[in-house]
Amino acid sequence: MSGLEDLYREIILDHYRTPRNRGELESPPAVESRGHNPLCGDEITLYLLVDGDGDDAVVSDVKISGQGCSISQSSASMMTQAVIGKSVGEARAMIRRFRSMMGIEGIESQPGDDDIDLGDLEALQGVVKFPVRIKCAVLGWTTLADALDRA
Amino acid sequence: MAFDLETVRKEFPILAREIDGKPLIYLDSGNTSQKPRRVIDAMTEFLENSYAPINRSSYRLAGEATDAYEGARRAVARLINASSTDEVVFTKNATESMNLIARSWGGANLGEGDAVVLTHLEHHANIVPWQMLRDERGIEIRWVPLTADGQLDLSDLDRILDGAKLFSFTAMSNVLGTLPPVAQLCAAAHDAGALAVVDACQYVPHNATDVQAWGADLVAFSSHKMCGPSGIGMLWGRMELLDAMPPFLGGGNMIDTVTLDGYTTAPVPAKFEAGTPAITEAVGLRAAVEFLEDLGMDDIRQHEIDLTRYALDTLNDRFGDDITIFGPDDTAVRGGVLSFAFRDLHPHDVSQILDERNVCVRAGHHCAKPLMQVLGVQSTTRASFYLYNGTDDVDALADALDSATDIFGF
Repeated sequence: MSGLEDLYREIILDHYRTPRNRGELESPPAVESRGHNPLCGDEITLYLLVDGDGDDAVVSDVKISGQGCSISQSSASMMTQAVIGKSVGEARAMIRRFRSMMGIEGIESQPGDDDIDLGDLEALQGVVKFPVRIKCAVLGWTTLADALDRA
Repeated sequence: MAFDLETVRKEFPILAREIDGKPLIYLDSGNTSQKPRRVIDAMTEFLENSYAPINRSSYRLAGEATDAYEGARRAVARLINASSTDEVVFTKNATESMNLIARSWGGANLGEGDAVVLTHLEHHANIVPWQMLRDERGIEIRWVPLTADGQLDLSDLDRILDGAKLFSFTAMSNVLGTLPPVAQLCAAAHDAGALAVVDACQYVPHNATDVQAWGADLVAFSSHKMCGPSGIGMLWGRMELLDAMPPFLGGGNMIDTVTLDGYTTAPVPAKFEAGTPAITEAVGLRAAVEFLEDLGMDDIRQHEIDLTRYALDTLNDRFGDDITIFGPDDTAVRGGVLSFAFRDLHPHDVSQILDERNVCVRAGHHCAKPLMQVLGVQSTTRASFYLYNGTDDVDALADALDSATDIFGF
């Protein structure tokens, strides 16, 4: 069961059972963005509230609604905790860092990206061994990237 | 040859495969079936000894290849009781067969406001080609709904069919296993003056099929779900209908003559077989048909009825309220397909846990998203059986589901 234990770490199951920052935000002012995984039909909706302009603006709140598997739900839940309170620039850097941890090619990393501490999110590293599940892990992040682009 | 599970299994080399030292439990035949030795051998033997172009060249080897290709057509015609071998058209897959119907017959016969009737059971292959026609030329799509246990609700069928030009429906649901009453539906279509089109992709591999007894007009099915290779599919149609339909794809093989000014078409079936077809795959398909015929379609169906009954009872007994199996409970109207929800686990997580024990199932929407909406779920886990599956496979599935308890800590 070693492979499965790598995938289903306790912190991942915890976020799956008790997802953080679930719900909706009024839109506008929040930006609403939808993401889906055409393979399995999973759909999530992300609400993003940003305070200020440009890269220095602050991510003041993020909420997630929709359904998904343990990997997509826990990844999105941990992501909300990681980016709330960060600047937009820092959030974008975290997205790059996370996507590169998932082995996604073609990401142009920028100076300082390697120093970013993903904290609990490092637990999702085991997903890389299960290529089919990478799409699940990045679903929330792709949706956040879309919301940041439109904020 | 009487149906004997252990003998059948020995015919499938892949079933001897182990992953991590454990046997393979293949429960995804609704997706695609595994291949028996004689299909693999027939294709290899053909490639090593008889491969050549068909219908083009006059040397002896080409004649041999053409005979082999046409032998597959005869085998398929026999399997489904077509009245003429020429009524069997080879395509790329059943999806292409459905698109051929929509493009060729639909293109010639459907205009703005014309109604096509589908059901809530359909696979995307019997939905999207019609939606494409709707978007292009404004046809209307009507739907036959389901009963609570996943059978077609036929209480309002006459009204739904009233004035429709075509009724296209599955003979066996790839999600619920439901077996609609095909002959009755064909008759209802004809009573309404509509064409009867049957998506028999899931049906033909598992049941004795008689397209004439059905009274169908056009029937689509595929090789890869019935022990044959992928890359070749079939369309059967009544000859006068196929004869009247315009060609689908243009090119070599489908013409009678071509001049600078235009072309005339070859007779059916060549009219619908543009370009070099899947020659080697046809040879494999013929071997698959003969394999199924040797075992006997009625015996295969009986084996799957027994297995499906065992699976429904075993899973319900062992997991009670923790499992919801969708679709009819009566195996007389259900094939060997089990879509289910397990506790509140997401199907992706269920299939991941099952995969740890080499239990291969499909998790997702099964190319039937509208049906998922009707069932009120985003996706399901699906185990689908075939002639090489036994009660031991069902037990392995149940044991693997038990292990989900350990991992997710219920």
